[in-house]
Amino acid sequence: MTNDLLFELLKTSRAEILEDWVQQQMAGGGTRGDFIKEDELRAQAGEFLNRFQGAVQSGQINNINSESWAPVLSLLSDISRTRGRMGFSPSETATFIFSLKTPLITRIRKAVGSNADRLFQEVATSSELLDKLGLYTTEVHQQTREELISRQQMEMLELSTPVVKVWDGIVALPLIGTLDSARTNVVMESLLQQIVQTGSEIAIIDITGVPTVDTLVAQHLLKTVSAARLMGADCIISGIRAQIAQTMVHLGIDLTTVTTKATMAEALRLALSRSGFRITREAK
Amino acid sequence: MQDKIPILQIEDLLLVSIQVDMHDRLALQLQDDLTSKISETNARGVLIDISSLEIVDSFIGRVIGNISAMARVLDAKTVVVGMQPAVAITLVELGLTLDGVHTALNVSRGMALLRRNDFTQ
Repeated sequence: MTNDLLFELLKTSRAEILEDWVQQQMAGGGTRGDFIKEDELRAQAGEFLNRFQGAVQSGQINNINSESWAPVLSLLSDISRTRGRMGFSPSETATFIFSLKTPLITRIRKAVGSNADRLFQEVATSSELLDKLGLYTTEVHQQTREELISRQQMEMLELSTPVVKVWDGIVALPLIGTLDSARTNVVMESLLQQIVQTGSEIAIIDITGVPTVDTLVAQHLLKTVSAARLMGADCIISGIRAQIAQTMVHLGIDLTTVTTKATMAEALRLALSRSGFRITREAK
Repeated sequence: MQDKIPILQIEDLLLVSIQVDMHDRLALQLQDDLTSKISETNARGVLIDISSLEIVDSFIGRVIGNISAMARVLDAKTVVVGMQPAVAITLVELGLTLDGVHTALNVSRGMALLRRNDFTQ
């Protein structure tokens, strides 16, 4: 009976509902006239009503996860995603659905008349349904944001580990940011790969941009140095700040097996002299 | 017994190129062959090329370390060359840093290293 009324309303007064709904959105809350045009909004709303009507007709009004609601949900996730990318806030996106309540309930009231029990029941059902759909858009919105964040994290990971060839047979790896296990693996792999590709015998790992060094970070560094040594390349660690040197000694980290230099310049000088280059200044 | 890793002699150096998947018996066979070859030929250096080796386990890693230690007892220097990044990472994760084994990026660098060591002796 409920479904019948809702379906009947959607069928007979679809145009009115659509008009009210669009007006409501343009006038009031959520929708941002500067982000989305009325035509576009009207098209989205119309398409939603079509699919909504189809889903209501199927009868499974309490379960929006059922097969018959799939078209509605897919439209909603599209809308939510595009809006999320345009910079809508989650509540603005959800308002797209919530603002359908007033036009719909007005129509229900007209249709039911003075039967209070029936009116309450109808309003409760459709309100619950729209709440579910509204929450769904928020969920998708959230999910889109999370996907964006994890993609950016991946990009940052790639960006922050460039291996630079500074001279024939010398590569440098300027590390910036905190080293965790995941990053160390990326760093280690790209460094070793570059050592093979460039045939470099000396690698300089510069940790000027690493804010803190704890035992774990030191262990990661030593692993990288050992792996490079196994492949036949020597590592020099440079850019250890005074504060970090103190911490390392206090933590009892043993770096005696690794060549360390205070600055990148010193490390480069050592690397060049090990490769047999001599730098001289031209006499003026 | 059918597959054996060939050991080539170049003047006073021995060259071993591992181009098949190492399994335990093959590794032990190589260890046997190489030590007897060193004492037979009085070789001064051993060059082990593992650039085609893509998978190692702790046993193979340990055998490589052992071969190097045995060669040192027989007064020959061992250089392991061409280790793949993935293999190096695996060995480090296994805790096998092969201390005391000399390493080089490729065969020619390894050869140069052995010649230089011989020269300084």
